[in-house]
Amino acid sequence: MSTLSTHPSGTNYLNHTRGIMSWIFTLDHKRIGMMYLCSVLLSFFVGGMLAVLIRLQLWSPEASLFTQDQYNQIFTLHGAIMVFLVIIPSIPAALGNFVLPIMLGAKDVAFPRLNLFSYHLWVVGALVFLLALVTGGLDTGWTFYTPYSTDTDSAMGGVIPALTAAFILGFSSIFTGMNFIVTIHRLRPPGMTWFRMPLFLWAIYATAIIQVLATPVLGITLMLLAVERAFGIGIFDPSLGGDPVLYQHFFWFYSHPAVYIMILPAMGIISELISIHSHKHIFGYKFIAFSSIAIAIFGFLVWGHHMFTSGQSSLMNVIFSFITFSVSIPSAIKVFNWLATMYKGSISLNTPMLYALSFIFIFSIGGLTGLHLGTLATDIHLHDTYFVVAHFHYVMMGSALLAMIGGMHHWWPKMTGKMYSEFWGRIGCGLVFLGFNLTFFPQFMLGSQGMPRRYAQYDDYLPETVQLFEFYHQLSTIGSLVMAAGFFLTAGYLLHSIFFGVRAPANPWGGRSLEWQCASPPPHDNFAETPTVGDCYDFSVLEWDEKEQGYTWREDVPRPGEEGTG
Amino acid sequence: MSHSHEQHGHGDHPEHLGHHWDNLQQQFEAGKLGMWLFLATEVLLFGGLFVAYAVWRGNNPELYAYGSEYLDVTMGAVNTVILILSSLTMAMAVTYAQLNRQKALLVCLILTFLGACGFMLIKFFEYSDKIQEGILPGAAFYDPPPNLEASNYWNPDLPIIDRHTLLALRIEAAEREREGRPAQIDRPRFGEVSSVAPAAVGPAGFDPDAVRARHVRGEKSKVHPLQDPNRPVNAHMFFNIYFMMTGLHGIHVLVGMIVIGWLIYRAALGHFGSDYFTPVDLGGLYWHIVDLIWIFLFPLFYLI
Repeated sequence: MSTLSTHPSGTNYLNHTRGIMSWIFTLDHKRIGMMYLCSVLLSFFVGGMLAVLIRLQLWSPEASLFTQDQYNQIFTLHGAIMVFLVIIPSIPAALGNFVLPIMLGAKDVAFPRLNLFSYHLWVVGALVFLLALVTGGLDTGWTFYTPYSTDTDSAMGGVIPALTAAFILGFSSIFTGMNFIVTIHRLRPPGMTWFRMPLFLWAIYATAIIQVLATPVLGITLMLLAVERAFGIGIFDPSLGGDPVLYQHFFWFYSHPAVYIMILPAMGIISELISIHSHKHIFGYKFIAFSSIAIAIFGFLVWGHHMFTSGQSSLMNVIFSFITFSVSIPSAIKVFNWLATMYKGSISLNTPMLYALSFIFIFSIGGLTGLHLGTLATDIHLHDTYFVVAHFHYVMMGSALLAMIGGMHHWWPKMTGKMYSEFWGRIGCGLVFLGFNLTFFPQFMLGSQGMPRRYAQYDDYLPETVQLFEFYHQLSTIGSLVMAAGFFLTAGYLLHSIFFGVRAPANPWGGRSLEWQCASPPPHDNFAETPTVGDCYDFSVLEWDEKEQGYTWREDVPRPGEEGTG
Repeated sequence: MSHSHEQHGHGDHPEHLGHHWDNLQQQFEAGKLGMWLFLATEVLLFGGLFVAYAVWRGNNPELYAYGSEYLDVTMGAVNTVILILSSLTMAMAVTYAQLNRQKALLVCLILTFLGACGFMLIKFFEYSDKIQEGILPGAAFYDPPPNLEASNYWNPDLPIIDRHTLLALRIEAAEREREGRPAQIDRPRFGEVSSVAPAAVGPAGFDPDAVRARHVRGEKSKVHPLQDPNRPVNAHMFFNIYFMMTGLHGIHVLVGMIVIGWLIYRAALGHFGSDYFTPVDLGGLYWHIVDLIWIFLFPLFYLI
C-alpha cells in the first residue's frame, strides 16, 4: 500500500501506442489535450513576441521601429492570436480535455471523435489565420469593428480569411463545450454527485454553457461581416443603409461572455490550487460552484458596457452599468472564499500555489478597475485609453493566463510523469509576477492621464505630457522584457524536466480528486475499474510518504466504498 | 424500448457501444443530449439573423412592406407544406426504426429525401427568378431612388452642428410649436445625430398606405423595383436579409439531405433496428429544426 495508484505501472497513455499518426488521429482525450497544449503554447509564443514588438515600438514617443500601418497590424495580430488561439482554448480545451474525464472518473469524454474533430478544426482555423497574413494582413483590431473592416479601401485583404478563421475556431470551441456538458451530465460514475464534483468541473461546466450559447452568435456575426465585405450587402455599412453599431451589439453579445469563457475556468483552477496546496478543505463549496453559474448567466447581460460611448441610449447605459456592477458580486464571493480557505491552512508555497496567489492579487486589481470602467461617468474619460488596456490585461493575461500556467504546473507531473525544478519554478513565477505588474500597472497611470490605446506614436502632445507618457511607457517596456525572461525560464525548466526530471509520484501535492488516484502519467483508459468517490476536498485521509516522495492514503483510514467491509 | 437497451448492455460488448460507455442506454441518452445542445447552437446561429431582422424591420417597416410584394407567396406556401410533410415522414421513420420495420423505415427516409429535393427545387426557381430580374442582395441592387432629392436621405455635405446650436434649434422648434407656428424641418440635424443614413419615412420616399391598399386588393406590384418611382430608399435591405436567412436555411437543407442520404444508405444495409436507432433519431431532430426555422421564415418574409 505504498501508492495511491490503482494501476500497475508500465504502459501509460504516452507510450500506449507509438508513431506520429497515433497522435494526430488519436481519440484519447489526454493526447488531444496535450496536442492542444502544445499548439496553444506555440501560439502564445507568437502572440507574446508580437507583444514585445509593440512594447519596443512604444519605448520612444516617435514611431521608431514600425510605420503606423505596420503597428496596426502587429497589435491586431497580437490581440486576435491571444484571444482566439490562446486564451479561449487554453484552459478548457488543453487542460480541461486532459483533466476533466479523469477528475470525473470517466474513461473519456462523451464524444471522442467530436473531440478530435474540434482539435482538427482548431488547426485548420490557425492555418486559415496564417492565410490572412499572406493575403495582405489585417489591421482592424481583433474586434473587426465596422465600418473599418468593411471599408475595402482602407482595411486589408486579410479580413475575410481572418473572419473565416475566427468562425472555424468558434465551432471548435462550440464542439468542445458540447462535449464537456454531455460528459459531465452523462459520464459521472456512481457516487460522483453534482456536489462532489471538484470545483474545476463546475467552472468548466459553466464555461461550456457559455461556449455553446454565445459562440454561434459570433459565428453568424462574422459570417454577415464576411458577406458584407465581399458583396457589400449593406447590413453593417452605413453608406448602404446599414448600422455599424448593430455590429458592435452582435459582436459583444458573444465577446463579452467570451471574457467569462476565459476567466471562469481560471477561477476553477484557482479553487483547486488554493485548497490542495493549503491542504485544507475548500471554504464555501456551494457558493463557489453557484457563483460560477451566476457569472455565466450575468455574463450574457452586460455586453452593452462596451458601447457606453457608441451612441447607446442613456437608459440602456444605466441598465448595463448596473448589471455590470452586479457581476462583481459572484467574483468577490470566490475571492473571499479562497482567502477563507487559506486561513489557518498549512500552506505549501509550491510553484502552482505561487501562481494562485499571484492570481488573487492580480485578479483583485483587474476586477476592481473594471468597476471604474463600468461606472458611466468615469468611463467617458477612460474609454479607449491605456486604462482599458491595463484592465483587460490584468484579467485576461494576469488572471486567465497565469492561472492556466499555474494549472499547467499543478498537473505537469500528472501529464508528463516528471517533476520540474521547484527552485527554478519559483524564480520563474516571481519574474513573471514582477514583470507583469511592471508592464501593466504603469498603463493604468497612462490611461488615467489620457494616453489613447492603439497609437503607434505619442509625440503630438505638450512636452511635459510626452515626457510623462514616455516614462510610463518605458517602465512598461522594461516590465514586458522581465516577463518574457520569466516565461523563457519557465519554458526552459519545463522542457528540461521532460528529459531529465525526476519521476513523478502519483500524488505529489496531496490532492484528493480522482486524477491523483491514477498513476502519473495515467494509463490509456484512466481507470481499470470505475473508481469510488469521496469528498474530494477532505485531505485528512492523506499523509506524506518519504519513500514515494508523494502523498499516500493513510493506512488507518478506510477508502470510500470500503467502510462497510471494514 | 429501454428494456431492450439494458438487455443488450449486459451481454458482451455490443457492436455499437463505445468503449467508454456502460451500456447502450447511457450512450443513446448522451447522444440525444449532445444533439439537443447542437440544436440550441443552431437556434442561436439563426437567432442572430432573427434579431437583425427585428432591428431592421423596426427601423424600416416600409422596406419590408415593399420588399415582400416581390416574393411569391404560392411558392413559399407550397414549400412550407412540403417541409412539414417531410418532417412527418421523418418522425414516422424514427418510429419504424424503433419498431424494427425495415422496409417502412427505408420508404419514409426516401420520402423525406424527396421532400427536401422538392423544397430545394422550388427554392431554385424562386432564386433564379429573382436573379434574372436583377433583384439581388447588396451593392449589386443598391441604387439611390429617383426621388432622392425629395427624401430625407442623409446628405454628407450638410454642416455638422455642435450641441449648443442643436439645443438652440430645439428650443426654437418648441417655441414655434407653442405659438402654433408650423415646425421648421431641421434637416441638418441628421448631420449631427449620426453618420448613419436614416431610411426615408412617410411620403418622402414612398407611401406605405398605397402599398397596403394594393396589398388588400391582392394586386401584385408589377413594376420592377429599379424602375419604381415610389421605391423607398434602401429597398435593397429587405433582399439582403431575405437572401441571408433563406440562403443559410437552404445550406441547412442541403446538409440535411446529406444526412438523410447517409441514413438511407445505412438503412438499406439494415444497420438500424429496435436496439440501435440513434442516428435516425438524431438525424430526425436535425431535420425538424430545419423545418421549424422555415416555419418562422415563411410568415416573416412572405406574409407579414
